[in-house]
Amino acid sequence: MGALGHYLEREGIPTAQISLIREQTAAIRPPRALWVPFMLGRPFGAPGAPDFQRSVLRALLSLFERAAGPVLEDFSEDAPGEPDAEGGFACPVSFAADQAQRKGLAGALRSEIAQLSSWYELALRRRGRTTVGVFGTTVDAAVRHVLSYLDGHPEDPPSGMTAGAAVKRACDDIKAYYSEAAAAQPGNLSSRAIEQWFWSETAAARALLAIRDLCLVSDDASLKPLGKLSLIPRTVSAAGGRQT
Amino acid sequence: MARMTDFSDAEQHHHLDKIKDFPDFGEAPFVAGPALTKRRVAIVTTAGLHLRSDRPFDSGAADYRVIPGDAPAADLIMSHLSVNFDRTGFQEDINVVFPLDRLRELAAEGVVASVAEIHYSFMGATQIRALETKARELAGLLKKDRVDAVLLSPV
Repeated sequence: MGALGHYLEREGIPTAQISLIREQTAAIRPPRALWVPFMLGRPFGAPGAPDFQRSVLRALLSLFERAAGPVLEDFSEDAPGEPDAEGGFACPVSFAADQAQRKGLAGALRSEIAQLSSWYELALRRRGRTTVGVFGTTVDAAVRHVLSYLDGHPEDPPSGMTAGAAVKRACDDIKAYYSEAAAAQPGNLSSRAIEQWFWSETAAARALLAIRDLCLVSDDASLKPLGKLSLIPRTVSAAGGRQT
Repeated sequence: MARMTDFSDAEQHHHLDKIKDFPDFGEAPFVAGPALTKRRVAIVTTAGLHLRSDRPFDSGAADYRVIPGDAPAADLIMSHLSVNFDRTGFQEDINVVFPLDRLRELAAEGVVASVAEIHYSFMGATQIRALETKARELAGLLKKDRVDAVLLSPV
């Protein structure tokens, strides 16, 4: 991000950036930066908190009023509303462990998708949008593609996509479907709680871990890097496949 | 949390270890401009956002996607390569990543003069130097839209 500040400013465009990792921004020294103490992925603090988002935006815009730089300023207020999940959580939808054994991983995944569908639809109705759709128009296409790998008969990727891009996008759609469905459930689950639930309790997570393992031993140049970096979060991989 | 002390030791190491590979940009250029109330503002995100109908980002992509200012939030999706940042915030409220609604509100209040017609998105998981050519191209487009303040938003 800091590089874009340098490149655009060299061309005469003034820039001000959000910094999520202060140490990296301090090293790159972009023209204007506002460090914020928010989690990665949330540069303007918290969803559904317009007043707070506006206060971050005002602080960022104020950097354009400085006479000289580089400027690296701190926004010290923490984001509101993210419940602390340290004490554990309870997700209303719980998938019995023996279900996976009876139905196999493919059956368990399809069963979960079906059980979550009403929550996903509720999220869609409330939000008026979904972020599912990077691979196909519905999650079903993504599930089919992932399961084809687990069945040992991988589908061809859609036209114009590498095998790796197709698998990555299908996995992202499945994860987004679960996250959006879980967030619609009562209890205002935190992002951390949703992550814990997904990686600890779902057949989808087991499917993604299995896909990761297949990618790691694949000869396909587009699949192998996925297995190393882009399917499973580092914190989950470090914990042996479970969210800590 | 994105204080370094909030990360595990391994994550701290990961983030700090990247610094040694950063290019040396030398002195930061610093372009002056009019008062904030006179500025036209665009958002450039590295969140890998794009229109649902547009091409998703490929691994290592250093190009950008165009985000029309009138695109409904429902038309914007994310194809970032990384799985190591939160997406639930974006799923709930696009403004937590791409604060166009908030920017419009501040423009209506007169904090800034206007909001650009077009905004842009890169996918942050790429080689830093690879961004330079497209960033230069982008600067030309921003000038044509009379933009004199760009907000850079990472994930």
